[in-house]
Amino acid sequence: MLGKGVGGGGGGSRAPKPSFVSYVRPEEIHTNEKEAAEKEVTLHLLPGEQLLCEASTVLKCVQEDSCQRGVCGKLVCTDFKIAFLGDEPALEGDETQFKNKIVGANDITLHCVDQIYGVFDEKKKTLFGQLKRYPEKLIIHCKDLRVFHFCLRYTKEEEVKRIVSGIIHHTQSPKRLKRLFLFSYAAAAHSSTPASPQKHTVMFDTLEDWRGELERTRGNMKYKAVSVNEGYRVCERLPAYFAVPAPLPEDSVSRFQGHGVPIWCWSYHNGCALLKMSALPKEQDEAVLQTHRSFLDGVYRVIHRPPYEMVRTEDLSSNFLSLPDIQTAYSKFKQLFLIDNSAEFWDTDIKWFSLLESSSWLDIIRRCLKKAIEVAECLDAQSTNVLLVEENASDLCCLVSSLVQVMMDPHCRTRAGFQSLVQKEWVAGGHCFLDRCNHLRQSDKEEVPVFLLFLDCVWQLVRQHPPAFEFTETYLTVLSDSLYIPIFSTFFFNSPHQKETSTGGEGLDVPSAPLHLLTVWDWSVQFEPEAQTLLQNPLYVEKPKLDKSQRKGTHLKHQRQLSLPLTQSKSSPKRGFFREETDHLIKNLLGKRISKLINYSDELQDNFREFYDSWHSRAPDYHGLLLPHVEGPEVRVWAQRYLRWIPEAQIPGGGAGALASSLLGVMEEVRRLQERVGERPQPGAGAGAGAGTPGLPRSARLSSLFPFALLQRPSAKPLLPTSGWKALGGEDDLATREDEFVDLGEV
Amino acid sequence: MASASTSKYNSHSLENESIKRTSRDGVNRDLSEAVPRLPGETRITDKEVIYICPFNGPIKGRVYITNYRLYLRSLETDSALLDVPLGVISRIEKMGGATSRGENSYGLDITCKDMRNLRFALKQEGHSRRDMFEILTRYAFPLAHSLPIFAFLNEEKFNVDGWMVYNPVEEYRRQGLPNHHWRITFINKCYELCDTYPPLLVVPFRATDEDLKRVATFRSRNRIPVLSWIHPENKTVIVRCSQPLVGMSGKRNKDDEKYLDVIRETNRQISKLTIYDARPSVNAVANKATGGGYESDDAYHNTELFFLDIHNIHVMRESLKKVKDIVYPNVEESHWLSSLESTHWLEHIKLILTGAIQVADKVSSGRSSVLVHCSDGWDRTAQLTSLAMLMLDSFYRSIEGFEILVQKEWISFGHKFASRIGHGDKNHADADRSPIFLQFIDCVWQMSKQFPTAFEFNERFLMTILDHLYSCRFGTFLYNCESARERQKVTERTASLWSLINSNKDTFKNPFYTKEINRVLYPVASMRHLELWVNYYIRWNPRIKQQQPNPVEQRYMELLALRDEYIKRLEELQLANSAKLSDPSTSPSSPSQMLPHVQTHF
Repeated sequence: MLGKGVGGGGGGSRAPKPSFVSYVRPEEIHTNEKEAAEKEVTLHLLPGEQLLCEASTVLKCVQEDSCQRGVCGKLVCTDFKIAFLGDEPALEGDETQFKNKIVGANDITLHCVDQIYGVFDEKKKTLFGQLKRYPEKLIIHCKDLRVFHFCLRYTKEEEVKRIVSGIIHHTQSPKRLKRLFLFSYAAAAHSSTPASPQKHTVMFDTLEDWRGELERTRGNMKYKAVSVNEGYRVCERLPAYFAVPAPLPEDSVSRFQGHGVPIWCWSYHNGCALLKMSALPKEQDEAVLQTHRSFLDGVYRVIHRPPYEMVRTEDLSSNFLSLPDIQTAYSKFKQLFLIDNSAEFWDTDIKWFSLLESSSWLDIIRRCLKKAIEVAECLDAQSTNVLLVEENASDLCCLVSSLVQVMMDPHCRTRAGFQSLVQKEWVAGGHCFLDRCNHLRQSDKEEVPVFLLFLDCVWQLVRQHPPAFEFTETYLTVLSDSLYIPIFSTFFFNSPHQKETSTGGEGLDVPSAPLHLLTVWDWSVQFEPEAQTLLQNPLYVEKPKLDKSQRKGTHLKHQRQLSLPLTQSKSSPKRGFFREETDHLIKNLLGKRISKLINYSDELQDNFREFYDSWHSRAPDYHGLLLPHVEGPEVRVWAQRYLRWIPEAQIPGGGAGALASSLLGVMEEVRRLQERVGERPQPGAGAGAGAGTPGLPRSARLSSLFPFALLQRPSAKPLLPTSGWKALGGEDDLATREDEFVDLGEV
Repeated sequence: MASASTSKYNSHSLENESIKRTSRDGVNRDLSEAVPRLPGETRITDKEVIYICPFNGPIKGRVYITNYRLYLRSLETDSALLDVPLGVISRIEKMGGATSRGENSYGLDITCKDMRNLRFALKQEGHSRRDMFEILTRYAFPLAHSLPIFAFLNEEKFNVDGWMVYNPVEEYRRQGLPNHHWRITFINKCYELCDTYPPLLVVPFRATDEDLKRVATFRSRNRIPVLSWIHPENKTVIVRCSQPLVGMSGKRNKDDEKYLDVIRETNRQISKLTIYDARPSVNAVANKATGGGYESDDAYHNTELFFLDIHNIHVMRESLKKVKDIVYPNVEESHWLSSLESTHWLEHIKLILTGAIQVADKVSSGRSSVLVHCSDGWDRTAQLTSLAMLMLDSFYRSIEGFEILVQKEWISFGHKFASRIGHGDKNHADADRSPIFLQFIDCVWQMSKQFPTAFEFNERFLMTILDHLYSCRFGTFLYNCESARERQKVTERTASLWSLINSNKDTFKNPFYTKEINRVLYPVASMRHLELWVNYYIRWNPRIKQQQPNPVEQRYMELLALRDEYIKRLEELQLANSAKLSDPSTSPSSPSQMLPHVQTHF
């Protein structure tokens, strides 16, 4: 590879694109086969998991130093996963410590499969439905962005047919909910793993949970938890219990099956609340519209009572992103990471930034962050309630409301708090995980990665303010992976109602005893304790606990500070005193009263800028309000999630992995020293010996995509771009100029 | 910079740093003026102005001009708003005329070399603009006024002498030179062989001084191939030079051909010498028209030639200009990525890194000696050799090692700092100016981003180097070559930047540094990993300001301090224990009493 692209031609020349043919020599297969026979890898089945079909002598192509090699083994398909059982060279002991107990490195859960391609005569085609011909090679693109190449050239024809059609059928044909692996697993694992609710994570499936949350956020003065929807009497989209404004009559909830009702999300410490509402169904009939209007008016009077309670309505279905926007952006974006080979990686490298931009994914993230900042500004600086409105209040409402809470409520930046938030806003909030992830393969149109978008937004915050979060980016990455593991109930239902009716025993084909489904928050199901330490942010410092009497004092003080006009905290000598005061006056006396009537987009812009700039000019308080940077260079690609499987993108011994290992190493050292100082030191034991080797491998062996280092580059050879220089547009006169204007001919 | 400043205007790292530093150095601080002054710095004038801050709008202030800096205090808050060494000024323009009507439209617009512009509005009456313009022009561009550059007036004293950092003999000895194949020659002692090379050179043992003289006639500006670095184990070498004077007629020179063969033979492991020509091949061919060229296959038998496609100084200059357009004063938002791509800046960085990786890999695992050149061998060549050396030799990743690397590959081998930066020169449009050294520092920063534990120095170290590349406070980067520096007695008459850095080393240390000897670093030269150095290029924008100090770094330092504390406690405990053993009458205090409450969070 060296010099191939850059030598001779002065650019332009390209390394030949590797074809999809496997480059394994026959003799190599023989040795591989022999070895495979020697150390047969056994298939591990989960409780309730059944083997459906298998094929042997399959080659899994491994990319290594830009050339392809094959590993021989067996490809199997069960009702849970597709698995490759081969004798790959074992990874060095240490690196495998971050192992998922449920899904191995060569396992693809059926729900994780995104696209399947077949290679016919070196041409790549999407595979679906009934096949007339069977491919010589199978390429599987996964939703967690892994790419697998399985060469079937040496496999018996019968087996090829069976495995290919099996895989296509089980991953692509529509499924019924009851056929999810979730249920067979729960039924089989029932006795062995008792369902243990994850400690500290609030599930929001009881009235008590909601009361507790109201109490925690001190929203209980103005809002009440209601049980009007117990047994889903009123509405199947709403959870059994939720909270509404205290003065709201409970019968208005049932009036339009939960539509048009402001539902409490969260209260800020100044008493302002974030509410959400699903819009009333669209109507043509003037009389019906009239009743809608008067109903909404009544509701509005309950929540908008100036000067005590003000509310700003934020219509997310009209002035914000649309779900198709998100869908299109993500499908373009993910394509940038589903890379088949090294040549493709380097070909796209030069155009990387414009490719990224044309996907608009980062811009969508920026718009979400900005929307959340706008809402936060309203709650914090304007002391105004915010009502989010959306058709079903279960997509962008979940996204914006949970993002606002992550930014404004430090509790949501702890692990338990974040998990409770996901439970509250997404699971209880009725986000249609089943449809949005297309788990049942019923409609591709419904597949929109809203939750992933939320995680990506949170990741931006985590990257920008690492000490503010109790969890790491690795936590977010494995959480995003868990979306596709059908043993957890968390992400496999469209609503609490659906979950309850599918597990509650009312159905005929379900055993009468309610099934105990696992929740994703029980991380011990997926990871051993050492691996779980990587989910915990070593930089996070808990808020120093105050005793109760103190807390009351500071709380009051805090509120007082908040009531000061914002302009005070901002030094702005640039403006004349007069102008500033009038601004202030208008905002405080007139603004809010008329804001309902006027188009306030200009004012909104100004407020946003002022709020944003003033926050960023101060040192961040990691236990207070936290705002992201939204400027171009600050919204980044979540490299750990998106680049982790691409060998070319790994920096051996570098990146975040190196930092993490230093940090964890010192922490371990400090812990040991603490122990030694705590216990009576033995005379003669050297103090320096305390610096024991930490439990992590040397940084030199870690990659930048730590802890996801499955595709390792064993050799130390550097990777070199294979595509040459792109012509400089319009600068050719400069490019051909001499460095110095001296005629060397005379020398 | 380290101290969290309360004023929102004080985001300018250099300014704050020098304010802080001067007080630390015990520099005079005339309270009535409230302007920090270095020893040897004199006040010239002050003027009431309106500073048109691009981020916070117009601010009334008083500007003080010394022979070293422009300093601005706000009249309202009495805080320092600007502290700019005059050396960073590239261009001063008058804006608005006598008929200008608009508010704040009459004044000066100052373009700086460090990615910002300063605008001042002045009163139209009383010639205050003319005065300020003339004084600034005089002291920012002393060369045009037969005035000395400030470095010669600076009387700062440091307790370490940065001029002692680089001693060529010692550095070559560290590399194990001279040896059987390589010798040190003093042929250039008085710059008679090549006036842009250092006095001391390392050449093949088998090449005589007469050979060198003959080779010099065939190399552009007599910059003959000389050794930069030798691999400690396989003894392959990196050799640098300028282009051969092939010309249109395809001239050959037997001595040059023989000389390259001698270099090849110093390493017996491979039959070929690899030549990396940093230029795009079209440019190398075009250079023949002006007498230059490259080593052709038929003339140089045992060589292998590759072009690295790195563009010339003019392309780089334009590219940086475009970077400034997208980051100053406003940062592109929604089209950030395509704008960044259109500057090509990171693409150039990628090509330079790719070239350096190839050089390093050839030497390290290809086991072939490498000859690097571009046209004159002082721009792209310096970038490639120094980056390859940084990848190969962990010594250069320490603070002193890096200083030696810069001193050796850049300063002593005649990178034309004076021409590229234009110290004290008013000709802002000079085609010789180009951000070649900045590009090198950017590449180093990219490497330090990719390998956060591999470098002893931190980002501030690199930024300080760049700040003083322009400031003219130190003699380090003045003049184009060693012969000129010797004529001007730079080492006697000025202070070295390394004096400042080495006397405050802790400020420039990377806490994550873990020394790993013999580890070769290969950065990944992919756009997926290259990023714009926001903390440098966008540092004037208070909205993009990065948290200082970096919270991860801070937390790590806390942990290190905690560890040291415990180690100390443990030693004390052991001491107390052994004392107790020898003398039972004294009872040591219990460990819990001895330990103060140290808060740890796990």
